[in-house]
Amino acid sequence: MTTTTSVSAKIDNGVNVNALLDARTALEQAPEAAQFKWRASCEWVNGTHSRSAIGNFFGLGAEQSRNKTFTVDADHPQLFASEDNAPTPVELVLSGLASCLTAGVAAVAQRRGIQLHSVKASLEADMDIQGILGIDDEVRNGFGAIRVHFDIRADAKEDDIKALVAQSQKRSAVFDIVTNPTNVVVTVN
Amino acid sequence: MKFATAIIIGAGQSGLAMSRHLSALSIDHVVLERGEVANSWLTERWDSLRLLTPNWQSRLPGYAYAGDDPDGFMTMPEVVCFLQQYSRSSCAPVVTGVRVAQVRQLDKGYQVETDQGPWRCRKLVIATGACNLATIPSPAAGLPARVASLTPLQYKNPALLPDGGVMIVGASASGIQLAREIQAAGRRVVVCVGEHVRMPRTYRGRDIQWWMDVTGAMDVRYDTMVEDIERARRLPSLQLIGTPERVTVDLNSLRKAGVELVGRLVGLCDGKAQFSGSLANHCALADLKMNRLLTSIDDWVNTSGLARQFAPPHRFEPTDVGPETRLSLDLIRAGIGSVIWATGYRPNYSWLNVPVFDRKGRIRHDGGIVSAPGMYVMGLPFMRRRKSSFIDGAGADAGDLAAHLSQNLNRAAA
Repeated sequence: MTTTTSVSAKIDNGVNVNALLDARTALEQAPEAAQFKWRASCEWVNGTHSRSAIGNFFGLGAEQSRNKTFTVDADHPQLFASEDNAPTPVELVLSGLASCLTAGVAAVAQRRGIQLHSVKASLEADMDIQGILGIDDEVRNGFGAIRVHFDIRADAKEDDIKALVAQSQKRSAVFDIVTNPTNVVVTVN
Repeated sequence: MKFATAIIIGAGQSGLAMSRHLSALSIDHVVLERGEVANSWLTERWDSLRLLTPNWQSRLPGYAYAGDDPDGFMTMPEVVCFLQQYSRSSCAPVVTGVRVAQVRQLDKGYQVETDQGPWRCRKLVIATGACNLATIPSPAAGLPARVASLTPLQYKNPALLPDGGVMIVGASASGIQLAREIQAAGRRVVVCVGEHVRMPRTYRGRDIQWWMDVTGAMDVRYDTMVEDIERARRLPSLQLIGTPERVTVDLNSLRKAGVELVGRLVGLCDGKAQFSGSLANHCALADLKMNRLLTSIDDWVNTSGLARQFAPPHRFEPTDVGPETRLSLDLIRAGIGSVIWATGYRPNYSWLNVPVFDRKGRIRHDGGIVSAPGMYVMGLPFMRRRKSSFIDGAGADAGDLAAHLSQNLNRAAA
């Protein structure tokens, strides 16, 4: 009879937590290096269709370039008498929120030694379009509310999985951007 | 010029505990107190305030609560009496009515300038407390002049508030206690809720502080928590209140009583307050944290084999703030007459003219041993142990720091 000793597999959600922790330690001593600038440029294509280009950003005290430029298109759907070439900007915001929270879940799970098997988020946001159509001044342009549901399979108890999602929100950039006011300054020419 | 080997600034529980230990070590010292013994308890607390720790847990070196209500919660006059009696029975060398204006570093000690003349000492113990000033967040600058602005250090009772509703910013110990009493007095109350620590008053038939004590949670040392110690020190105060009825006050009970809960105050412009949309997450985080504590208590009970002595384990209703909470409030239109900033406290070290502060103005210390020779600080949250900022924690910290002070005195003299 053979006795099998269980070998605990190393938890791997694909996140290099050590690098993040090292960065955190380093930046604690050099807060100037923690000042980042994210950028995007956008060019009108036609109608409500535009194309954003994302490339360089600033961080750790220097310009950071990537070896490629990402493009993201946006448009309006046919229901809006448009051509539906790409998702709407508000749907891209939902995607941004979902991605930020999902990445956070993975990072927190890695940090806490929890092996994830699958993480799926579904989002829905209410919008009363009387706002954007200018029909009613008391209706805001943006979302009335956003609901996010996470479906997570992981080697952990339910409360520990809930804690991953709660912690992810606590440290999420997009969650903060969406739930709190941010100054936006627009200049022309 | 008056001289003492050690000067303790502040005659509250920390200062008196340190004095007791220094006397036991025959180290000559004086306790300089700007008011009377227990001055902050006497002058900077609201009328109805009681300790949120049970009376049996007020234990100081050589002294303890000896009244007839050990499981009750002392009122402020009772706390003042308790500490003044301690001072007398210790024959503590307290000099009252002395306000420290400045402390400067000397070659082998410190010069303490006071409104009663200067003192010199070799060792300095800062026992002025952690709650001298209320921390007021930046949105306060946008408060309309018509709306009164108060901190819990100024608040006394609901009748003294200006007419109208009250917006309480902060839902930790001060915030929830004030919300309950002001709501009960018939005012409209809105509470802005950010990060908070939820706790039931009792669990499985015992006071939560009894559990924290018996499981050793209050004795956890700062140096066993190296990774998380700064976060632990910044934790908001527990959502607890001391009442004869041993009530639990949490966001659910406040909401049922008619208090309106909104998210963290994130903006205040043209009289319009903006609240964060993250309230649900803050509540989820607090519920999860509370459940982790209750689970650790259950684990302790199981390991101890004493499960039969206690009521069975159970959990509390999750915090329910309703499906949608408001994101803004026009204060004037809503009839809000005052805002209370229950957004935390900090020590006042403006008189300490020694470079011992970090870039955020916090005093640099290692378990209460400050980064200047012969200087100590007491009473800060989780300074040395989780109980450091509680009355019950003053004694152990004072013992450790007095021993360190004494050892370094002898070494210097040799």
